[in-house]
Amino acid sequence: MHAMRFRLILGALVAVIAVLLALPARAQLNIEITGAGASRIPIAVAGFEGEGPVPQAVVAVVRADLERSGLFKLVDPGALPLGEAAAIDHANWKDRGADALVVGSVAPTSGGRVEVRFRLHDMQKQAQLGGLALVAQVAHIRTTGHRIADFIYEKLLGEPGIFSTRIAYVVKAGGRYELQIADADGMNAQTALASREPIISPSWSPDGARLAYVSFEAKKPIVYVHSLASGQRHVAANFKGSNSAPAWSPDGAKLAVVLTKDGGSQLYLVSADGSGVRRLASSSGIDTEPFFSPDGQFIYFTSDRGGAPQVYRIPATGGEAQRVTFEGSYNVTPRIAPDGKTMAFVSRNGSRFQVTTMDLATRQPQILTDSAKDESPSFAPNGRMILYATEIGGRGVLAAVSADGRIKQRLSVAAGDVREPAWGPFMKN
Amino acid sequence: MRTFILAAVVVLLLGCKSTPPGPEQAGAPVEDRTPGASAATKPVESPPVARVTSEAAPTQDPSLAGAMAALKDPNSPLAKRSVYFDFDSFAIKDEYKPQVEAHGRFLVTYSKMKMLIQGNADERGSREYNLALGQKRADAVKNMLILLGAKELQIESVSLGEEKPRNTGHDEAAWAENRRGDILYSGEF
Repeated sequence: MHAMRFRLILGALVAVIAVLLALPARAQLNIEITGAGASRIPIAVAGFEGEGPVPQAVVAVVRADLERSGLFKLVDPGALPLGEAAAIDHANWKDRGADALVVGSVAPTSGGRVEVRFRLHDMQKQAQLGGLALVAQVAHIRTTGHRIADFIYEKLLGEPGIFSTRIAYVVKAGGRYELQIADADGMNAQTALASREPIISPSWSPDGARLAYVSFEAKKPIVYVHSLASGQRHVAANFKGSNSAPAWSPDGAKLAVVLTKDGGSQLYLVSADGSGVRRLASSSGIDTEPFFSPDGQFIYFTSDRGGAPQVYRIPATGGEAQRVTFEGSYNVTPRIAPDGKTMAFVSRNGSRFQVTTMDLATRQPQILTDSAKDESPSFAPNGRMILYATEIGGRGVLAAVSADGRIKQRLSVAAGDVREPAWGPFMKN
Repeated sequence: MRTFILAAVVVLLLGCKSTPPGPEQAGAPVEDRTPGASAATKPVESPPVARVTSEAAPTQDPSLAGAMAALKDPNSPLAKRSVYFDFDSFAIKDEYKPQVEAHGRFLVTYSKMKMLIQGNADERGSREYNLALGQKRADAVKNMLILLGAKELQIESVSLGEEKPRNTGHDEAAWAENRRGDILYSGEF
């Protein structure tokens, strides 16, 4: 079984593609695909008519998104652009190996904006699967590209795409720590917080507007809630002792946090504004790393109450804790998939710390990586990929692995350590 | 009077914590407050145990300025501020007990003096779990100090987890140096 999976991954390695991102921004994340899905949908994305004057080609963004997902294989569309209304020769495109074709047009509108229209065609069904008309500032044309890629992904795979989502992570470089927010493709990195002291455990509010995190700027860990648009933030938990591991409730009203104010690292609930602290569980050992199940019913967490750190869960209203992991002597950082069916966590195997998943129904663990210093797994909001931190050549990098273990990506910045990733939610718009 | 002012400064410094400094602010300068020359006239060795009970009057502290001087004396046992722990252990080893006892006597003598204990952990494994391990080490030091007579209100134990390694190496020697509790007094944090 293991050897077979290895061969599949090895086969996929033939398709190693380095997506070199053009913009020379500081601390830009570069994404490299090191493994792809077993079967990829062949798709041709033709040049869009009228795209010439647009400085950042929207088509390039669409192609890069689809390719990086590991679920599509780009078919050469030829040099000629094809407009939104172009007549499609299905048989010809089928002969060229494409199951799907995207055509589109870009036209300037008022106020320095452009309108992008596109259509997705299915060569097998010989049918049009739909399209959109999107208007955007030229400066935000990448966002339009991500939305087109999301549309294509959802039409062809039946699940939402994550190309328009964002990720948060911490870069440590030269004794400075920066909490950064970037697009899911690593572009447009912006710094939300810069500090001379560590920042850990960023956690997205369910609406994607705020981040909770732990900052050590006051010489001890304190939990903050930070509004990304305004840059305003407030203290959510600053009690005597340590304050850490914030996790949002699915309704965005509360945070589960770990406080030591009453002795030991224990689980508490606070309102997101920092009011109304109440204890959630009691143990004589360490309870930490809380994470709400998507339905809000349970809080999964790490505890050494049984001697070694293992994953437990407790009803979100409090009550009896149930042990969830049993194999091995170190299972930490539980994160539940958006569908509530799978848990990602980090298990220690020998001296290696590896991202592992567990089907919560069968309780069968599966190690997904072959690295040794994995930390902080975080599900994409569609559940397909798991973003995590690991180390390569002594440097902190981010990596992503599909929940089935097949698709692998590596995200790194040119200088500095990257760690503590958190994949943001779908944005409603 | 001087004692009162110094005590007030200490209380004020400790009282400022509800609004933490902005992230761009430099770390608080360590040991920047130089007591007046007259206040530094008491080169205090760590007081012997027998004297502690007689001197530690509950309502009247000996001079905090003298306390500051004692803390700065490199020959004092109080100069030793780090307690090291074994792997996966939170027990204070015998070799560190005299040092913790010296700090305990100091806190009893100077009952207005406050202490921050920062626990640390090695880099292996989850950051948040390591934060909790560091907390256990800080708590171990705190609990021993309280058994020695220090007051709960004098001591805050916190954790820096694996975030502030003293040794940035990746071997057992480095990890051993990072499994640690550090003692800081008012004005040093």
